[in-house]
Amino acid sequence: MSIDLKTIKHISKLSRISVDEKKAEKLAGDLNSIFDFIEKLNELKTDNVEPLTSVAETTLKLRSDEVKSKNLRDQVIKNSPNENEDYFVVPKVIE
Amino acid sequence: MSDITKQSLSELVENIKSKKLSSSEVTKAFVERSEKSKELNAYITEDYTNALNKAKKFDEKPNLDLKLPGIPMAVKDLFCTRDLRTTAGSKILNNFVPTYESTVTQNIWNEGAILMGKLNCDEFAMGSSNETSFFGNVQNPIDKNLVPGGSSGGSSSAVAAQLTPITIGTDTGGSIRQPASFTGTVGLKPTYGSCSRYGIVAFASSLDQAGPMAQNVKDCALLQEVISTYDEKDSTSIDFKRNEYSKELTKDIKGKKIGIPKEYRVDGMPKEIEDLWKKGIEYAKDCGAEIIDISLPHTNYALPTYYIVAPAEASSNLARYDGVKYGFRAEGENLIDMYEKTRSEGFGAEVQRRIMIGTYVLSSGYYDAYYLKAQKVRKLIKNDFDDAYKKVDAILTPSTPSSAFKIGEKTNDPVSMYLNDIFTVPVNLAGLPGISIPAGHDGKGYPLGLQIIGKAFDEQNILNIAYAMEEKINFKNNINDWWIK
Repeated sequence: MSIDLKTIKHISKLSRISVDEKKAEKLAGDLNSIFDFIEKLNELKTDNVEPLTSVAETTLKLRSDEVKSKNLRDQVIKNSPNENEDYFVVPKVIE
Repeated sequence: MSDITKQSLSELVENIKSKKLSSSEVTKAFVERSEKSKELNAYITEDYTNALNKAKKFDEKPNLDLKLPGIPMAVKDLFCTRDLRTTAGSKILNNFVPTYESTVTQNIWNEGAILMGKLNCDEFAMGSSNETSFFGNVQNPIDKNLVPGGSSGGSSSAVAAQLTPITIGTDTGGSIRQPASFTGTVGLKPTYGSCSRYGIVAFASSLDQAGPMAQNVKDCALLQEVISTYDEKDSTSIDFKRNEYSKELTKDIKGKKIGIPKEYRVDGMPKEIEDLWKKGIEYAKDCGAEIIDISLPHTNYALPTYYIVAPAEASSNLARYDGVKYGFRAEGENLIDMYEKTRSEGFGAEVQRRIMIGTYVLSSGYYDAYYLKAQKVRKLIKNDFDDAYKKVDAILTPSTPSSAFKIGEKTNDPVSMYLNDIFTVPVNLAGLPGISIPAGHDGKGYPLGLQIIGKAFDEQNILNIAYAMEEKINFKNNINDWWIK
């Protein structure tokens, strides 16, 4: 298997990480060597194996549907890179 | 007392309780040594003035019934600390000041300990050498230009160099045990669900665990006792009966069955590691343990499985860093451009690489071939351990396939870097507890560790085995303070 530059560009778009040509080539090389190594898993037959989604073999605990934290607005907004009154500010989305 | 920083945590607790030392004296000693040790680059953020003030306050009205009375402690910068910058070793969180405290650190402060600062780590805990940190390499106190391991590299360096009496790290694929092994210290990765993940910067949620890093097993047991609590704020926290690990610690491990998995004898493993393992087996026998050969047949598939599962979860967890709600923001022409530039400039190369791997294996058309496949192999790996534990109480392996390497030696080849975690990753995939203890030196005088893996929730047992073996091994770290001018 080989991951080409077109695929790298596609993944970078999905990841919301911009890549230029040089970075894309480096990433293609790295990812190909990592996936060569990952391909080892194909040696195993796993048709009848249940996937393991969590090692914690417990059922989720239920709790009553009550508000426990109140008035967190200032805390939530405190680390924002750009805010105006109680809103996060982002570049214009709607023309 | 000039030798304060040479004392173990247990000795310091004893001396504070018996009023031979005050918290201020102890805190001052560790702050002074930390200040003289800047060259190690173990700290990202120092909080010495606050620490000294808190120590003074503690001494005015000391509560000596606490488990960590007035003990100063620096922690890995992956734990959110209220009002103190928490970076996860990343530019993207360079200016992030949490408004809340992680459960694990809160447990520590509740027992009387005092925060001294935040310790360096690989960016988002992704790395095995601390070289991916935005805040630079950390030096291993064992030798100049030697990596301290990773991702908890600042933690391992700080404990080995006695800048903090004890610390906490996090372990997703070996990030506590491998750095412990590289620095001649003790590191415990608890059972998944033992320590709350609330307030820990997330990397791979089904694998991440916090754990203690210490100079000896007894200290490690004491801190584990403090940090392991059931927590409603973490839905994967498990409500099981927790031991008082330090009180119940015993060297009597007579008749314990210890398994030796043949698959851990990997190709190209240095003879020194093989010899260390053999020596470990003899020590375990000397302690009265019974040695049993076992097989963990899917061991070789653990690392490829990990490099699907962990990046997949990371790509999902790190989607939150978008430059909007907190953290670094790069300006862009429009919203999408802002996201892309923020993430491209804010994340380092290794983190971007892993986000890309994760995004790829979760993307349409590849999910079954990679992610689902990896989850199935993960099941096989867990089954291996379940089968083995029908015959044995614990498993003994080397912690790492080599001793610490030089800074820069492996940075150009991600796969060779990943191979560092070959012995530690299976433990995370199966959610088990594992402890690394220093067990010897290689030809260069660098420390080597042995790993003891336990059954789920059986921390007490592996701590006991480690405690018994520690006495027989009688390891001494060769640290000559080369970084202090």
